[in-house]
Amino acid sequence: MSFAVAAAGSSPTEYVSHHLEHLKVGEGLWAIHVDTLFFSVVLGALMLFVMILAARRATSGVPGKLQNFVEVLVDFVDNSVKESFHGPRQFVAPLALTIFVWVLLWNLMDLIPVDYLPLLAYEVFGLEYLRVVPSADVNAPFALSLSVLVLILIYSVKGKGFAGFGKEMLFHPFGKNPLLWPANILLNIVELVAKPVSLALRLFGNLYAAELIFILIAMLPWWIQFIPGGAWAVFHILVVPLQAFIFMTLTIVYLSLAYEEH
Amino acid sequence: MDVSPLTLIGQAGTFLVLVLVTMKWVWPPLTQAMEERRRKIAEGLAQSEEAEQALDKANAEADEIIREARRKAGEIIEQASQRGNQLVEQAKEEAIAERDRQVQAAEAEIRQATNQAREALRERVAELAIAGAGRVIESEIDDKRHREMLDKLAAEL
Repeated sequence: MSFAVAAAGSSPTEYVSHHLEHLKVGEGLWAIHVDTLFFSVVLGALMLFVMILAARRATSGVPGKLQNFVEVLVDFVDNSVKESFHGPRQFVAPLALTIFVWVLLWNLMDLIPVDYLPLLAYEVFGLEYLRVVPSADVNAPFALSLSVLVLILIYSVKGKGFAGFGKEMLFHPFGKNPLLWPANILLNIVELVAKPVSLALRLFGNLYAAELIFILIAMLPWWIQFIPGGAWAVFHILVVPLQAFIFMTLTIVYLSLAYEEH
Repeated sequence: MDVSPLTLIGQAGTFLVLVLVTMKWVWPPLTQAMEERRRKIAEGLAQSEEAEQALDKANAEADEIIREARRKAGEIIEQASQRGNQLVEQAKEEAIAERDRQVQAAEAEIRQATNQAREALRERVAELAIAGAGRVIESEIDDKRHREMLDKLAAEL
């Protein structure tokens, strides 16, 4: 099957759990997932490199292939933002673009056969563990969604003012009666917390499950792998952009809800 | 789940950097270029429409000019043919007048010649009569006496 099994023992359970282990520096809660950070930084740098290259050469005349490609992305994101967010877009639109492309690149890492990069890392750098899909590490989606939560709070204050936001927290679902304030606050906080949690878990769950299935498929005999592996990869091609798109769209919707008066 | 706060913070920091860079160096130039292109295309379309209208106008003007030119050409041809007719008419009249004049002159000449011939003939007849009579009645007739009578006779011819 692969090096990993040889490295970690030979049972399927060990193979799977070995593949689900991060490359870590440090111990316990304060361990750093170097693989997640490395791949997301590399993918982010790749994204910025391509985009800045396109932006540098951007011309209002006939666009080249690269510019055309990036413009399609920009136009797509800009339209999505325009549809649901009715405030100034100079921050929200680039934010949405970054989320969409970055998450898309994360998810695309899942289509690289599960053993390729870990094997390479093991053979070349002697690294025991490696997980290449940042979105299948719960910390990456949560880092995004908690940043979005911060932005939701910022945009709430920006759109409604401190007083407006406070009033909404106190009065919103049930009414202005002081007796209802605790219930209102409780419900609003639950709502506020549910947003980043659901946002992150949706992405994480989809990609983690997909990665797990690829790992399970990798344990089948080599001559049969291409059938379930191919089918799952084709299906996954749908999931990859869809999850990126959902993450982006919900971010825009949450920010628009935060920004606008109800 | 493998929670790692430091990874999370690192990821969030990376995200912040990516967003800020995208906002500063990626988004504005691209959207500006796209907006600019949209404007250019709109202008181009407007200009082509204007050009089309101008072309229509120019075509209409050209048609008008051609029609006017045709009309003028017709007029000129008309005038020329009238003038031609006039000239022919005039020439005819002049020719007729000339012919009449010449005919009259010829007739006058003929008349004069006739008169001269008559005069000459008259004199000649008188002479012949006298000569004839003289020869017939030689001496019996007195030239002086009968002369008057013979002249009278000749004048009656």
